[in-house]
Amino acid sequence: MASLDSKIPKGPLSDKWTNHKSHINLVSPANKRLIDIIVVGTGLAGASASATLAELGYNVKAFCFQDSPRRAHSIAAQGGINAAKNYQGDGDSTYRLFYDTVKGGDYRSRESNVHRLAEVSTNIIDQCVAQGVPFARDYGGLLDNRSFGGVLVSRTFYAKGQTGQQLLLGAYSAMNRQIGRGKIKMYNRHEMMDLVLVDGKARGIIARNLVTGQVERHGAHAVVVASGGYGNVFFLSTNAMGSNVSAGWKIHQKGAHFANPCFTQIHPTCIPVSGDHQSKLTLMSESLRNDGRIWVPKNLDDVQAIREGKLRPTQLKEEDRDYYLERRYPAFGNLVPRDVASRAAKERCDAGYGVNATGEAVYLDFTAAISRYGKEQAHVKGLNEDDAVLVKKLGQDVVRSKYGNLFQMYEKIVDQNPYETPMMIYPAVHYTMGGVWVDYNLMTSIPGCYAIGEANFSDHGANRLGASALMQGLADGYFVLPYTIGDYLADDIRTGSIATDSPEFDAAEKAVLDKISLFLNNKGEHSVDYYHKKLGKIMWDKCGMSRNAEGLKEAMADIKALREDFYKNVNVPGTDTEFNEQLAKAGRVADFLELGELFAKDALERTESCGGHFREESQTPEGEAMRDDENFTFVSAWEYKGEPADAVLHKEELNYEEIEVKTRSYK
Amino acid sequence: MMNLTLKIWRQANTTSKGEMVTYPIENVSPDMSFLEMMDVLNEQLINKGIDPVAFDHDCREGICGMCSMYINGEAHGPDRLVTTCQLHMRKFKDGETITIEPFRANAFPVVKDLAVDRSAFDRIQHAGGFVSVNTSGNTQDANNIPIDKHDADKAFDAATCIGCGACVASCKNASAMLFVSAKVSQYALLPQGKIEATDRVLNMVKQMDDEGFGNCTNTGACEVECPKGISLENIARMNREYLFATAKG
Repeated sequence: MASLDSKIPKGPLSDKWTNHKSHINLVSPANKRLIDIIVVGTGLAGASASATLAELGYNVKAFCFQDSPRRAHSIAAQGGINAAKNYQGDGDSTYRLFYDTVKGGDYRSRESNVHRLAEVSTNIIDQCVAQGVPFARDYGGLLDNRSFGGVLVSRTFYAKGQTGQQLLLGAYSAMNRQIGRGKIKMYNRHEMMDLVLVDGKARGIIARNLVTGQVERHGAHAVVVASGGYGNVFFLSTNAMGSNVSAGWKIHQKGAHFANPCFTQIHPTCIPVSGDHQSKLTLMSESLRNDGRIWVPKNLDDVQAIREGKLRPTQLKEEDRDYYLERRYPAFGNLVPRDVASRAAKERCDAGYGVNATGEAVYLDFTAAISRYGKEQAHVKGLNEDDAVLVKKLGQDVVRSKYGNLFQMYEKIVDQNPYETPMMIYPAVHYTMGGVWVDYNLMTSIPGCYAIGEANFSDHGANRLGASALMQGLADGYFVLPYTIGDYLADDIRTGSIATDSPEFDAAEKAVLDKISLFLNNKGEHSVDYYHKKLGKIMWDKCGMSRNAEGLKEAMADIKALREDFYKNVNVPGTDTEFNEQLAKAGRVADFLELGELFAKDALERTESCGGHFREESQTPEGEAMRDDENFTFVSAWEYKGEPADAVLHKEELNYEEIEVKTRSYK
Repeated sequence: MMNLTLKIWRQANTTSKGEMVTYPIENVSPDMSFLEMMDVLNEQLINKGIDPVAFDHDCREGICGMCSMYINGEAHGPDRLVTTCQLHMRKFKDGETITIEPFRANAFPVVKDLAVDRSAFDRIQHAGGFVSVNTSGNTQDANNIPIDKHDADKAFDAATCIGCGACVASCKNASAMLFVSAKVSQYALLPQGKIEATDRVLNMVKQMDDEGFGNCTNTGACEVECPKGISLENIARMNREYLFATAKG
């Protein structure tokens, strides 16, 4: 299948990237000035790509729907960013980071891409420090590290619980420098409405100014989609309210294959749902599992008493608590990977041990850490280690310095003090490993159209390890795409600027205008949110943490019916010449209503359990996920054929040369 | 559950005249965030055929800086160290009347209703909010220059500014000094940023003045209302940097 040529370079794994860079085509500095590149999205991937491409000399047009590129949702990433620096001397290496990432992804990622990611990881830290990103440091002035789930080394760099914010502001500052120099034209409050193909190549986009409603044509020699993940298909997720799949879905409709849509990460440590009004879920960083112990009561009587408010969790004796992760996975304990931790929480809650009124919450307890740190501090300072009050205070100070902003956030939302009583947490949709299929050069199946960061599928397989999303976003944007895109653009140096008065632009713009007028003239009964919430419920109930054939078939039928109802009965108020958030949202939900069905179809097709995708039909007697390497060691890349149910499956077989494919065990 | 009266600023676009409009709202749960309460209101307005209230919001976890409401005379409302999205209805009383306005400043024109245009902040950053280093993969090792932990921590504290504009909305002069000084301080405290510190502070301050922000008269309202607790110390540091830069010429 020509459209699925992954273009992995030949040669030994560790030399592929270096050799590839040495042999691909380049565009001379004088010619880069003649080439325009559109970047959609300004998160870590989009902002770093925009800045770097502009530094190289290309003319960049960057688009974001927010009022400033600095607000992209990478800003909310908390815990950290991985890099194989081995500053801690604990045996880390490029190979080990590569190995952990492939294993963590349950052997469903592309080996060569992951190795490249591990190789450039160290450059990212150097680059960010040079930009003035204020990472955490120790008293010697050197960079500090912490440990994350699924690994046995400390390779995570962090800036308190705001690592994503600091990295994004770093990339944003690099963008600002280029905006100031005129090399990036920034289009805030603009939404990409469609991709324009000319002679089969990506040659521009139709965008809409969200303030004036004006529909605009933008031509370019290449289009880069860096629009993030599609977790909001579940309505409730840790994504921002505006996060959407539309840019990725529009290019899918124009010929880019969509890969592994069912690979979704349900993050174990989020603040539980509080009521029907809930609009989004808030993550508590995985870094908390370094020091927090997860438990539920051993006895159902205690569960009942806690739910009724008759018993406080702090009153429960040690022997009456079930630290179920430490019990089931002694080697990794509370630091098992996210998919494993989430399913274990669901297992306990399904068995009736959930600790809040809805029965969907477990405890994350810092008592042990506070006491351990407190004693350590008392000892260091020569104070009385047996003074419980003093130890608690000293311990709380240490915990505050590590996680202060997270604890504060928890207290604001839940109205409980997590220094005094355990946090309550429950899994929530957080990240989507699936995304637009790309080759080794990060080009989609449309020539000249690229997908980077969370928007593509390539690096995390079926499950992403903590602190790897920031790494991938910046790797793609700073260090991979700026090289690989030149190989394609080298053939475009004589093309000249792309005219937007062509029939292709006319047709694309007309389709966009027609869709807008369809929404505004529909005058239906229900709001856009009504449909989004219904879609989210189908997804969570039938395509959530555990899935089965029957439920997935129902989900496909339910979503299709909901989509038909949406087009008949949706009510979009206002006009198309004003700031109209409902109109923008209608377009996004329309795309989610298609993606959701493809998601269920993909999950149905993949009858194995792997990573974040758990099929009830494929589990061991102990209830652990059972992979089927013989039949499913491939990437599912779906070709658009109109109705999602009619999408055609293309398989990219995954070959592992440098790594032995094993059952993933964290016991 | 609470019943409330909302008085909300409605304005169709930048050039039209705005007015306060009153909407009652019932059955508000104290566990709702302020923006979830606004969602409920908007759902009701849509179902009644009334144009929903436009407001900016995105991450709803207090970090993107997009939400920007002036509630009962305070940027981000009565709670401290939170953005509007992290303000919860338990901070209000049953039967209360809540006044909701946009962040007001000449440099922040209203886009619609409660949404304002803060692109002036971006333009100040374009003028100097960066370290001039290209991406190459050849920058020196991240641990080559040790940085005093206290300076690194202070730089981090300054860098946590989310660019929401609460400082401007809270200031009687609509001054942007807290915002600008946070960025100037972050870089001034780090060796990587020191090299172009002179140009940076001069360029950023010039852009700030050109955008029409007012002067700082040290009332400290900005620090009180800042959802991230950015300290006034940063303004003092920027003034020193600026003085030094002008003396240096």
